Amino acid sequence: MSDARRFVVRIVALLTAILGVNYVAWRWLFSVNWDAWWIAVPLVLAETYSLIDSLLFGMTVWKLKGRGEPPVPEPDLTVDVFIATYNEPLDLVLGTARAAQRITYPHRTWILDDGNRAELRARAEAEGIGWITRSADWTDMPRHAKAGNLNNALLATEGEFLLILDADMVPKPEILDRTLGYFRDERMGLVQTPQYFVNVPDHDPLGSQAPLFYGPIQEGKDGWNAAFFCGSNAVIRREALMQLGVSRYAGEVEVGVHRALRTARSVIGQARKDLAPDQVEVRQALDEIDYDIARARRDLDRGEALFDVTYRFQKRVAATRRELVGADLRSLNEDLAIIAGLDRLADDPDLSLATIDESALLQLADREWSPLGAVETVEALVRSIDVDLGGEAQPVMPMATISVTEDMATCMRLHGLGWRSAYHDEILAEGLAPEDLQTMLTQRLRWAQGTVQVMFRENPLVQKGLTLAQRLMYFATMWSYLSGFAALVYIAAPIAYLTLGVLPVQALSTDFFVRLVPFLLINQLLFFVVADGRPTWRGQQYSLALFPVWIRSFTSAFGNVFLGRSLDFAVTPKEKREDTGLRWDLVKPQLVAMGLLVLALVVGGVRLALGQASPFGTIFNMVWVVFDLVVFSVIIQAVRYRGFEPDASTGTSGTGTTTDGATAARTSDEGAA
Amino acid sequence: MIEFDVRTTDDGIGVVVPRGRLNMVAARQLRETLTGLVEGGTSRIVVDLAETTFLDSSALGALVAGLKTARQAGGDLRIARPTESVLTVFKLTNMDKVLRPRDDVEGAFHG
Repeated sequence: MSDARRFVVRIVALLTAILGVNYVAWRWLFSVNWDAWWIAVPLVLAETYSLIDSLLFGMTVWKLKGRGEPPVPEPDLTVDVFIATYNEPLDLVLGTARAAQRITYPHRTWILDDGNRAELRARAEAEGIGWITRSADWTDMPRHAKAGNLNNALLATEGEFLLILDADMVPKPEILDRTLGYFRDERMGLVQTPQYFVNVPDHDPLGSQAPLFYGPIQEGKDGWNAAFFCGSNAVIRREALMQLGVSRYAGEVEVGVHRALRTARSVIGQARKDLAPDQVEVRQALDEIDYDIARARRDLDRGEALFDVTYRFQKRVAATRRELVGADLRSLNEDLAIIAGLDRLADDPDLSLATIDESALLQLADREWSPLGAVETVEALVRSIDVDLGGEAQPVMPMATISVTEDMATCMRLHGLGWRSAYHDEILAEGLAPEDLQTMLTQRLRWAQGTVQVMFRENPLVQKGLTLAQRLMYFATMWSYLSGFAALVYIAAPIAYLTLGVLPVQALSTDFFVRLVPFLLINQLLFFVVADGRPTWRGQQYSLALFPVWIRSFTSAFGNVFLGRSLDFAVTPKEKREDTGLRWDLVKPQLVAMGLLVLALVVGGVRLALGQASPFGTIFNMVWVVFDLVVFSVIIQAVRYRGFEPDASTGTSGTGTTTDGATAARTSDEGAA
Repeated sequence: MIEFDVRTTDDGIGVVVPRGRLNMVAARQLRETLTGLVEGGTSRIVVDLAETTFLDSSALGALVAGLKTARQAGGDLRIARPTESVLTVFKLTNMDKVLRPRDDVEGAFHG
């Protein structure tokens, strides 16, 4: 990274910030047309959204870090290469594994087969490639998808470093020689390299490459010590991951036990209420347990070690229960079913124990319990959240399981513990991108959902241990996924003007244009100098054109995190799908939007001809509509795309142009995170 | 290198003494040693860390796994006599808040 380039980027970023704030502040203070508030307020909010996005982008690239030549690795490090697979074709997995064997730095290669396929095992072992599948501990336990697969393998191996590869990511022989050197810094926890796809034509109709993300954005985050882990093509220090796993474990057990004790107390209280006056012995037993619960809580508050408290508590409750047996068996059978259910309390694959839905616990508390049932419930409660984390396959889960995309949350926690990360901008593995629209949409939805889940569950803005800059770097990526709502407004505003004559700003005055136009131009200039020749247009198009995906990711993640609904999780397939004709049905919202935009052009033209609309306003909004249509045209291309043919890659690869309303989001590009 | 001394006291308590560096390579061995004890019917275990010169997070993970196995069998796992540097690792991961180190092996299961 030359100083001159960094200097230019900073000047442009600064100007963008100044002009952006100048424009949006003026919009709020002087130009909102409150009479048409239903469109005026959404528009100014969307513009504010875009300004914040732009500011975060400017902050990201402020610290562009070009690491250049990597340091030479120390000799004799031990490394495990993990190839994670679930259902990919065996030849694809083995192809990657053979390439991994050819990595020059000494290492061991492992296939992490979540599909537990005997044939894959036989073929791998015949070639001297290790094969790992889930241990018996995982039977009937939450599997946590890829994070679970990696966590399982971590306990079956012992290398100091791990190279993590997706099944389709074929590594180059030098991948370890080029990355291990960064670990000479003993606080370096993780080194990420780009994800690059070979089956993508130059014009990249599905927006598969993320040249801006795997480049300036990661390099900028790296400058703030916030380079992200992106799930594949990364090397991680085992000690960092294990330390994370153990400290999370300690924290979750603590939270879980406090909750369990609180619920236990309500259960006992409920059971005591329903006692007949003559059940003296039973009442006494329940009183004892109630006392034990209170004592356990007091001991914990006093700072006594948690495992000592729970051990003593469980021994005492077990003793009380033995006294109670036989005292009341009437309604026990019914209760037993519920108790059995307790052991599956944490069965939702998206939840970890500390994030168990509290309402599930409250429901337990409200039930009418028989006394013995109540006591057994208390035992089961504490057992389920105690030391053994009864609802999990292994107590220590280094890879985060709070999100369908395990990488971002894991990385944020590593940073929270004070580990450093690096982004090394050199393509060291080549993979396969989806070749059809449906698969691509599923993949983007999954990434977006994962990111939004983390935003809801562990919002970076309030995470202890992160620097302010790190918090903002994580937040920037999450923020960019909210662009779907702004896109809706940017579609609706010109339609409202052209068809109804409603203007969301007070006037399309000189004041308006002298503020808006320079901001739009400088914002694009910022993209241009940051991209440094890399294509950015595709990413800009998809950040707008995939608005239904972004909106759905937000609503489904919200439903999942706060309402306990399923995400409809799907693994991204790596195979080509059967040819099922053109799938216009997948992009219905976009087609409707395009139809409305075209209709608005026609109506606007008619209104202009009839003298009902001002020529200037009409033309301004028509240009806006045409811009929206050009952006959406990528969807047509995507639907018509028939998959990759190596010879046919002669398309055009555009570079950035202008954006809608206020600024450009890079969601599609960031989506690679 | 590391060695594990394993003995059982008169009270039926298993005592494991890792001598040397307890790191990611030794972690699996530790896990297997602990599981072996529990499977052999000894579910109350003390891990004596007095001669453990180094301990990393993988080894902590193995202790936690052993704790889980012991508790599931109705017993418990206690640690005793950690050196200052080993204690630092416990503190770094907040494990000291949940698993209290005991001052001696004999008294580990009293109080």
